[in-house]
Amino acid sequence: MTAETLPIHRQLGMTDEEYRSVTGILGRDPRPAELAMYSVMWSEHCSYKSSRVHLRRFPTSAPWVVVGPGENAGVVDLGDGWLAALRIESHNHPSFVEPYQGAATGVGGILRDVFTMGARPIALWDQIRFGPLEDPKNRYLFNGVVSGIAGYGNAVGVPTVGGEVEFDPSYTGNPLVNVMCLGILRREQLVLGTAGSPGTIAILLGNATGRDGIGGASVLASASFDEASEDKRPSVQVGDPFEEKKLIEACLELYERGLVVGVQDLGAAGLSCATSEPAGRAGVGMEVDLDAVHTRETGMTAPELLMSESQERMMAFVSPDLVDQVLAVADKWEIDSAVLGVVREGATLTIRHDGEVVAEVPAASLAEDAPLYDRPSARPEWMDGLAAKPARALDTDPATTLLRLLDDPALGSTAWVHEQYDHMLFLNTVIGPGSDSSLIRIRGTEKGMAVSTDGNGRLCHLDPRGGSARLVYEAALNVAVTGALPLALVDNLNFGNPEKPAVMWQFRETVEGISSACETLGIPVVGGNVSFYNETEGEDIHPTPVIGLLGLADPMPATPPRLSSAAEGMEIWEVGPRATPNLAGSSAQRVIHGELTGTPTPPDPGHGERIVALAGSLAHRVPVLHDISDGGLAVAVAEICIASGLGAVVDDRAADLLFSEDPHRFVAVFEPGAVELPGDISRRVGMMTGSSLVLGGSSPIEVGELSSVYSDAIPRRMTG
Amino acid sequence: MRVAVVVFPGTNCELDVAHALTSLGGEAELVWHRETDLSGFDGAVLPGGFAHGDYLRTGAIARFSPVMSEVGRMAAEGRPVLGICNGFQVLCESGLLPGALIANRDLAFICRFVDLEVVDTGTILTGAAEPGQRIRIPLNSYEGNWVDPSRTGRIAVRYVDNPNGSQGSAAAVSNREGNVVGIMPHPERGSDELLGSADGLVLLEGFLRSLVPA
Repeated sequence: MTAETLPIHRQLGMTDEEYRSVTGILGRDPRPAELAMYSVMWSEHCSYKSSRVHLRRFPTSAPWVVVGPGENAGVVDLGDGWLAALRIESHNHPSFVEPYQGAATGVGGILRDVFTMGARPIALWDQIRFGPLEDPKNRYLFNGVVSGIAGYGNAVGVPTVGGEVEFDPSYTGNPLVNVMCLGILRREQLVLGTAGSPGTIAILLGNATGRDGIGGASVLASASFDEASEDKRPSVQVGDPFEEKKLIEACLELYERGLVVGVQDLGAAGLSCATSEPAGRAGVGMEVDLDAVHTRETGMTAPELLMSESQERMMAFVSPDLVDQVLAVADKWEIDSAVLGVVREGATLTIRHDGEVVAEVPAASLAEDAPLYDRPSARPEWMDGLAAKPARALDTDPATTLLRLLDDPALGSTAWVHEQYDHMLFLNTVIGPGSDSSLIRIRGTEKGMAVSTDGNGRLCHLDPRGGSARLVYEAALNVAVTGALPLALVDNLNFGNPEKPAVMWQFRETVEGISSACETLGIPVVGGNVSFYNETEGEDIHPTPVIGLLGLADPMPATPPRLSSAAEGMEIWEVGPRATPNLAGSSAQRVIHGELTGTPTPPDPGHGERIVALAGSLAHRVPVLHDISDGGLAVAVAEICIASGLGAVVDDRAADLLFSEDPHRFVAVFEPGAVELPGDISRRVGMMTGSSLVLGGSSPIEVGELSSVYSDAIPRRMTG
Repeated sequence: MRVAVVVFPGTNCELDVAHALTSLGGEAELVWHRETDLSGFDGAVLPGGFAHGDYLRTGAIARFSPVMSEVGRMAAEGRPVLGICNGFQVLCESGLLPGALIANRDLAFICRFVDLEVVDTGTILTGAAEPGQRIRIPLNSYEGNWVDPSRTGRIAVRYVDNPNGSQGSAAAVSNREGNVVGIMPHPERGSDELLGSADGLVLLEGFLRSLVPA
């Protein structure tokens, strides 16, 4: 059967059974516009139909949670009337089809999720993953995605202050482009995505609606890739950061002046979502007139208007007496506006086009009656094969190993990436990209917000539960070394095809791993995103949960620890449980042996909690703190050498211990005797001195050489 | 001493500039681009960002914003007019400064600290600095490469290590009179040691000192 001869619901990505549910809800066959709405709202991307049943496991409450999962963004209390809004999203499939626009519109979308809550977006983080740079297609995708993030983020005027870059063959043909946004607001400015009470007027603000992005959520983001994916390019939206900048400023003025009852952004599923969700949440009905929508193309049909994912649009719900003032604000900021509808008693969403009723559906049914699948899951047998083959020991000289690791693009400097991003706007970036964690101050207070984003597909491939728990502990330690304590977490769960039992097993294990670590550390999950169908030609990506963790430092350390603060004669201490020589899932195993086998060292909840608390308190007294993660102790010390321009001597130890990535460890550097560390979990491992790094008995490496290898890891591959 | 901080749609550094000037005791007020009367102001700053989306060409649309005729009048009267980054681009497009800003030599956006040297202290931006003074502040631009076929621009500050191909390593340029200055790096981003540098303050102090009552 060719695409043309498939029933319409299947062309829209809906199963026969889902179609029958729609006829059951309506008591009749759906009209074309209604079918369009259900198909996008019930897509995997919008409805989380394969994951919802598992996501309930996440701990989501804490006294400081103001808005938990389910709204456009999570909101937490920072104290003194300040709130933070945070959200993470993926734009994986669009970025493969069209890297610049795919990445750019990912930035635009996450910003809208945050300023929809009443917050000013103040910082972005991007977590991007590609296949090896030796492949020209991967270089093209990497370059396009970085340019798209820079092009949109810089122009819209929100700094990109950190993120992650990873390269692994698993992502060839399916890059991962995740983006996280943080906003701040005063408590009284909080706005929710509610339609309000009967009589409230719905006003569409921002960009004109076109045919771009139709089917983006249902056809593109919720299906696997094959050679025909290039044909899906028309399903990718096109971003206009200038329009978004004006929309941000206009919305912030609306919030400041208290002119709106609720706001909903138009992202995936466009108007279908921005009408049905706010009405459903408020338990009301709504009448909408599609003829009022300002369009950039003529002759758009009702299904097209309802499914369009044209960017930079917001729906505002406004009391009738304030409509004129809202329209005047839109006019001042030079954005278009259209009065689209009115909220009614009851629960029916009625949509008209060309004078005719084209849809008449229970508003809440689009969100609440979405299918819910508990898909079969089973531990794949190949896991036994991986576990049966422990990682091999290192047989290379530590100095050589270190240089090879620093030359790896996933471990080398990210300057090639982050120097293309404005990461300093707003004068709040105390610690910027290329660090364990970013640190953003809130001016006029003593507070600092630390954010760390962490993913590791290789670790999670070998052990989805333990690996994902380790990500949470690592993120928590990363924020702690800036002096912050973990406050709230968002996650982006990037997985393969959920219709395969092995993928669902990885997913369930991951949810369990994140949940257990969050419970140990007392961190609520306040939002997230699930991206399934990350497979190409039947090959699934490694399970790649990405954690975005917000920590609060209150007060922020007067002089936050920095790698560059190391000085001649300072001692280097390793804090945490002693490393084991297990290299399973480590960077050394990947770079030196080109393998991925064994069982990684599991997290240890007791140590996890203690180490985070210790690092958080030391951050106020110690000049240098650095998480030990990718590349182990050796890379951690090398990075301190590079940042400070100083050499170091590290006491002799087995190579496997130098490069072990066992969890819950960090490096502290300070003047001899300046700090008393608990003896059971800390040990002096060396000192800062001279102009070379000496790893035990290995030959010395000049810091200049470390620095140039590290700096050139990405550039030499992009120009070569 | 009131400074007009001009805000075009798409400008994004206005709050940072106002904050830095205020921290030095200046009085900075945001002025929307449709304003047609700046007579109550003693000087003007055009901050960084992407005025009118930088569509067509950086600064090409901004020069037609209503406020620009008033900025032109202030410049002609000898009042201090400072353009930072995108503001520099707007001043060149408006003909208030010579030359033009084209894409960086390496065709990539550059956001990082750069080392600068003050070479001409006779402008409204550099009056508080010593000749030869080294300062380190952030650069943040894609079109930061200044070209001036007329060779009439006065280079006030130059890059120690030219990052973008700018003619004469120019980081800041003034008109012949020295009262209109464009600078590509951001002095306001170098106004706090906690963020990496306070070296930009000497430039902003110079600007504030150059203001005389209207």
